[in-house]
Amino acid sequence: MAASKPMTFSRRSFLKSSALASGGMIIGFNLFNACKADVKPPVDLSQLNYNDFNAFIKISEEGKVTIFSPNPEIGQGVKTSMPMLIAEELDVAWEDVYVQQGKLDTENYKRQVAGGSQSIRYSWEPLRQTGATAKQMLVNAAAARWGVDASECSVSEGVITNANGETLGYGDVVAEAAILEVPEEVTLKDPKDFKIIGKGKGNVDIDKIITGKPLFGLDYKEEGMLYACVLRPPAFGQVLESFDAEAAKALPGVVDVITIGQKIRDYRAQGKSNWTMAMSDTDKVVVIGKTTWDAMKGKKAIKASWKTETPLESTETHNQALLDLLNGNTFNTRRKDGNVKNAFANADKIIERVYEAPFLPHNTMEPMNFFANVTPEKVHLVGPTQTPEAAANVVADLLGRDIKDIQVEMTRMGGGFGRRLYDDFVYEAVEISNTIKKPIKMVSSREDDMTTGVYRPSTKYKIAASIKDGKLTGYHLKEACVNGNMYGLIPNFFPAGAIANYQVDTVSYKSNITTGAWRAPYTNFLASAEQSFFDELAEALGMDRVQLHMDLLDNVKQNPEANIEYSPDRLQAVLKLAVEKSNWGNTEEGVYQGLSVYYCHNSHVAEVADITMENGIPNVKRVTCAVDCGIVVNPLGAMNQAKGGVIDGIGHALYSDFGFNNGVPQSNNFNTYQLIRMGQTPKVDVHFIENNIDPTGLGEPTLPPIGAAVANAIYKATGKRLTKQPYMSNMNVENSVVG
Amino acid sequence: MPKFNLKINNTSYAIEADSDMPLLWVLRDKINLVGTKFGCGIGQCGACTVHVNGNATRSCLLQVSQAEGMNITTIEGLSEHGDHPVQQAWKEVDVPQCGYCQAGQIMTASAFLNTNSSPSDSEIRDAMHGNICRCAAYNSIQEAVKLASKK
Repeated sequence: MAASKPMTFSRRSFLKSSALASGGMIIGFNLFNACKADVKPPVDLSQLNYNDFNAFIKISEEGKVTIFSPNPEIGQGVKTSMPMLIAEELDVAWEDVYVQQGKLDTENYKRQVAGGSQSIRYSWEPLRQTGATAKQMLVNAAAARWGVDASECSVSEGVITNANGETLGYGDVVAEAAILEVPEEVTLKDPKDFKIIGKGKGNVDIDKIITGKPLFGLDYKEEGMLYACVLRPPAFGQVLESFDAEAAKALPGVVDVITIGQKIRDYRAQGKSNWTMAMSDTDKVVVIGKTTWDAMKGKKAIKASWKTETPLESTETHNQALLDLLNGNTFNTRRKDGNVKNAFANADKIIERVYEAPFLPHNTMEPMNFFANVTPEKVHLVGPTQTPEAAANVVADLLGRDIKDIQVEMTRMGGGFGRRLYDDFVYEAVEISNTIKKPIKMVSSREDDMTTGVYRPSTKYKIAASIKDGKLTGYHLKEACVNGNMYGLIPNFFPAGAIANYQVDTVSYKSNITTGAWRAPYTNFLASAEQSFFDELAEALGMDRVQLHMDLLDNVKQNPEANIEYSPDRLQAVLKLAVEKSNWGNTEEGVYQGLSVYYCHNSHVAEVADITMENGIPNVKRVTCAVDCGIVVNPLGAMNQAKGGVIDGIGHALYSDFGFNNGVPQSNNFNTYQLIRMGQTPKVDVHFIENNIDPTGLGEPTLPPIGAAVANAIYKATGKRLTKQPYMSNMNVENSVVG
Repeated sequence: MPKFNLKINNTSYAIEADSDMPLLWVLRDKINLVGTKFGCGIGQCGACTVHVNGNATRSCLLQVSQAEGMNITTIEGLSEHGDHPVQQAWKEVDVPQCGYCQAGQIMTASAFLNTNSSPSDSEIRDAMHGNICRCAAYNSIQEAVKLASKK
């Protein structure tokens, strides 16, 4: 783990400053170089025109500071927290900073992706360094004007002071600073001197959000823009056979009806593939309307027939297939410590349980949409995507255009949760605009969005543990998952390293249903399964739940060969904090508590759920959440993320279900698909561990553990172990296989 | 195409539209008031909430022909300077995560507080139950409604 302390950097090669024609300076920065020392610059930096590119900091002669925030904002708060890192080291008052969303700019920015809770982790040093470098250049300019040494000058909130008490503002010296050499070395602040980092800063878009200003992709408009709605196959496995557009075309608001699909087929026919293209290559019918409503109405008037190309799958098919795989022997072994087989053969007692979870749609509040205007000069794309760079590359390939022709602007996003990592909607919009040669915006209805998604795959785990002489001797986890394996990438998470005989096996069922990342991929259900199992295991061992976990983590610390990703010390610390703050074990009558502790996305979290039972229905009253994500950059935003993750996790573990019948999704809107609402939400108390460790992500880590905390509390209240999500639909279902 | 006279945020608009066009799309695509959001189209999520004669109403279900003659207020017209007590409270508590549903939440909360100026926590939870926040900022929404009620 890297502890933050004052650091000196010498990395001038990826920084560049320029004077602006309008006065002032701009300092640009190349994260591409900064994150990896061995990567060569993608371009000659001296050739960059920072007036065209969105570099990080612009300072005007009036002293106004604009910071361009590079990463897509999906509600995780980086549009506020990333500029905070720059402003801290630049030493300006946060109130004087204006934040603007940067465009896609692969030459200046690295990793313009929102995903995996990694934005802050990767930018922690480079963004601070950019701020510190700009500050040093401004100080150098002031020192030169005064004829003093720069080291005699100090800075506070954008004002430079020399030893005689004379002062100059950033704006006063910016013209001189812009033509100075970029300094070889800068020193970053000691965390104890932070004035902005660690102080709660409100959402930078708050005024626009509360007054309804255009911000989101769905709000974007251009002169002459038309609206497009896409009719896609109703079932996974079907493709378009024929359609009749006569009735649609007769509607006054319908401009045109076309088909798309050829571009995707051509792309795939060349043997190309890209992971962001999570879509079938069927033809689709597109209705172009004067307004969104016209296009939606026109789409309903299309009469289409579909033919079945690949087998139509149902939830029963998936359930049986996954159970068969779990009971079979076609696994890939992901990690193997000691000898699980021997441990089980010699056991006094074996516990085994199967845990099951359904598919889940993302259901971002803002449905998928994108603006595209394909012209001979350029391809202009605007909208909500978590992966603008990948989208631009695929679009260039689809249209046979130079990548330089592709311009992507990211709007604020009405949620992401992983859905906008996939850019199927961008490619549809591009093909539509390319066909009709007009600027269009593709808009999905809620039904389109929910039924043609990229779902969290249905997954089942079978976990078994062996007990000998009252001790845990072996742990064997098997995973069967639709389309690829969740556990494959993370076999070194807890309890790896804690148990001598440990094995993880995975197997996959190939389905024609599109699946992909969903908030906290790999762990969003795994944590529920594993932490429910440990609750049962503690009971079988006759041990206190907390003590079992502390002991296992002690084992890890004594195991030099542990080969793990998590920190046993940090997990123990969050566990202790959650136990203390939740008043664990000392609840009022009728309140039942469940515990869960988990590491994922580089952060450590422990959660305690307090529930009551009302008419046989569990009611989650309070959640205590202890988090170690290192230095908390923006406590206000961090609190929002942590609470949101917990409540989102409760909602999906308890209520949300998504099944298929002959390829057709069984829910298509919020009348049949349940998302958690105000009346079902507990009060969430979040406690952050205070330390000076470099920050890690917070968009995801509080979500995975909560399902088990609630299930374990329900067990205490009812004596029933819930193993199948959503728990509310399965309160009365008999538990699956017990060994 | 029929013409409708709408009174929105104290301004009169003469709009040509199909009579079944929902007010939501009239606002967004014809009048360019895009603060009112599309979420589900069937009145389930609350993202499109506006005030019709002071009552919180789902604009995705209200046809333009039914909206004629009504006093319609959208998020853009809730206050002149963005300083309605509910807006102030939303800012003080820093409620939004993605922010998409918040206009609808604010319109529901402000109509509710007009009918109940000092609500209990459980009254707030009942009143806000119809508005989905996918980021689950529910703790903050509850806190902000309470704070607004004291302003």
